[in-house]
Amino acid sequence: MNAQTQFSGGFQNAPVEAAVAFRAAMTVMARPGVIRPLIGAQPPAPLSIAAGTLLLTLCDPDTNVHLAEGADTEAVRQWLTFHTGAPITAAAEADFAIGSWQALGPLDDYRIGTAEYPDRSATLIVECDALHPSGVELSGPGIRDTAFLSLPDVPAFQANAALYPLGCDFFFTCGDKVAALPRSTQVRTGG
Amino acid sequence: MNEYNFAYLDEQTKRMIRRAILKGLAVPGYQVPFASREMPMPYGWGTGGVQVSAATLTPGDTLKVIDQGADDTTNAVSIRKFFENTAGVETTEETEKATVIQTRHRIPEAKLRDDQIIVYQVPIPEPLRFLEPRETETRKMHSLEEYGLMHVKLYEDISRHGAISTAYAYPVKVSGRYVMDPSPIPKFDNPKLEMDAIQLFGAGREQRIYAVPPHTKVVSLDFEDYPFEATKANHPCDLCGANDSYLDEVIMDDAGNRMFVCSDTDFCRSRRAAGYQGRMAREEMQ
Repeated sequence: MNAQTQFSGGFQNAPVEAAVAFRAAMTVMARPGVIRPLIGAQPPAPLSIAAGTLLLTLCDPDTNVHLAEGADTEAVRQWLTFHTGAPITAAAEADFAIGSWQALGPLDDYRIGTAEYPDRSATLIVECDALHPSGVELSGPGIRDTAFLSLPDVPAFQANAALYPLGCDFFFTCGDKVAALPRSTQVRTGG
Repeated sequence: MNEYNFAYLDEQTKRMIRRAILKGLAVPGYQVPFASREMPMPYGWGTGGVQVSAATLTPGDTLKVIDQGADDTTNAVSIRKFFENTAGVETTEETEKATVIQTRHRIPEAKLRDDQIIVYQVPIPEPLRFLEPRETETRKMHSLEEYGLMHVKLYEDISRHGAISTAYAYPVKVSGRYVMDPSPIPKFDNPKLEMDAIQLFGAGREQRIYAVPPHTKVVSLDFEDYPFEATKANHPCDLCGANDSYLDEVIMDDAGNRMFVCSDTDFCRSRRAAGYQGRMAREEMQ
């Protein structure tokens, strides 16, 4: 790993780029199924631009980050540590976790919050090969009637939604695109 | 530019607030604790709303700030100035043109769009606080979905006054789970809580953030035989003649004369600009 990669690829103008990135992240979390562009960071491979931007926008020394297999490379560790200072931890202590859907699972490892503090749960950033507004049918808060999103799984998200108000929340990233699935969303196949 | 970081707060504070907003959106109506900062204005002036707005604003936004519906009161003017100075964003008084609206105690009359965000200033975020002063207990009540006490309170209203007399900060149930204080908006505004825009609530002194995503079911608590009623003064606006807007009662003199005017100043202004006239419109113009 050379210093060039480790130190570069951050925000050029952090306050403004983070604000614009957060608006995209908030919009997709408030409207499950909506896909938005998310740019700003140039993370080392294999992280996507959208995933790297999410990490820079939301992570700092106060948040534990879990790198799932595949995403857990020396280059990613150094880049994340330099730019955010976030401690890298096991899945069970993570506030944020990043990796492909296969590498992140099973969901049982992650914090789902407590009955009195459901917010103390993990947010998973799932790197996807494709992201498009079709496939699984979504309904719930943030969705007028129904929405559709290409999800990597169905039973796992149904089980997660059944824990409501506990559970994990998910961002899906693909290249420079992001979508989200909060625990409040009901997931149904056959859309 | 200026000597402030964009939107006043430092980046780590904004990240902390942003994480709280995301969890708030994921669990609609649940109050997320956050490390509220001291702001350069006193508690009660919207420090919670200001922090949420600061974490939400982007340079391309147009900000509107209202205080009890009005754009021209001290609180609204000073918060608008604050963000003009620290974020360099455009500001407006027109609901139509705003992308972010910070509000104290009203929802604009105009229907909000899905590209707008409304930020509420909240004094007491806990709807059960006046019934149960202990935070440890109210937290437990929320976790157990134990909201009987709130219905007892509304029932006592009926037994004492013959109707549910709660007129503002009327409790709602969000997405069938959490009972939430919609901030001290008049209950006239409660039906508008199901809207296309993202709703964020910030309580600075009490250090809580909560949210209602668009199209989320928000039900005002009531009883089958005493259904919820969105009430307003039974008058048209004396300036613009509107029959469907929330009204302020203004005492005119010592002889008991009074007038009713729209509390939403932008709504009233735009109606008058379109030629609508109320009972006292002519006098006001002279």
